[in-house]
Amino acid sequence: MSDPMRIRAQSSAGQTTVRVLMSHEMETGLRKDAAGKTIPAWHIQEVVASLNGKQVFSAEWGTAVSKNPYLQFIIKGGKAGDKVSVTWRDTKGEQRTDEATVN
Amino acid sequence: MTQRRDTLKWGALLPTALGIGALFTQEAQAFEKTAFEAKTWTDALKAMGVSSPTESKDLVLNCPDIAENGAVVPIAASCASPGVKKIIFLVDKNPSPLVAIFNVSEDILVNFSTRTKMSQTSDVMAVAVMQDGRALVSKKEIKVTLGGCGG
Repeated sequence: MSDPMRIRAQSSAGQTTVRVLMSHEMETGLRKDAAGKTIPAWHIQEVVASLNGKQVFSAEWGTAVSKNPYLQFIIKGGKAGDKVSVTWRDTKGEQRTDEATVN
Repeated sequence: MTQRRDTLKWGALLPTALGIGALFTQEAQAFEKTAFEAKTWTDALKAMGVSSPTESKDLVLNCPDIAENGAVVPIAASCASPGVKKIIFLVDKNPSPLVAIFNVSEDILVNFSTRTKMSQTSDVMAVAVMQDGRALVSKKEIKVTLGGCGG
């Protein structure tokens, strides 16, 4: 199982800024290992986020997003104590969800 | 007793529901797969049904002029005009130019940041697809001193 995401959600002036650091290799499928064999692509394909259980954000990613991806988006509304949850799914079908409280 | 039967019934139904859910997302991915595999940025946009984007000052692309490390290049886009449906990031000279697609909902601002990999010095583009089918583009060249693809 992959490492947990680090999620920070801060609300100010009626907006909630969400910053996420995910832990993922994000293999492009172009790199070669020591034996000269191509390392198959393995990256996050889909990211969704929700505020208090309601989906507010979704994205589709390719191989060109950096290793251990960083993501920032701003939710309209949201206040201290609200729950922000983020889910990603990679090309191997593995997925991970983490939740943070807005402050 | 009925209660227990109900629970059993739901227990049997739930995996089916989940299965359908998984199928749906897989189909959605297959749809954009051609776009992510496209070798030029125009092909990638075409695969998503976007053609001839116009340059616009409303769409702001925020990124450095020079990236020391091509493996981690911060990029951000925001758009002031209303009616944006999607924000797409592309790096012209990458082996596959399409980086990411961000879907805009009414609950979020059109303001996204992430980090991308760049193989070499190239134009970076943010494309905003509007509700009415128009597309805006904002371009900037980023100089890369150390490539981020390949071993």
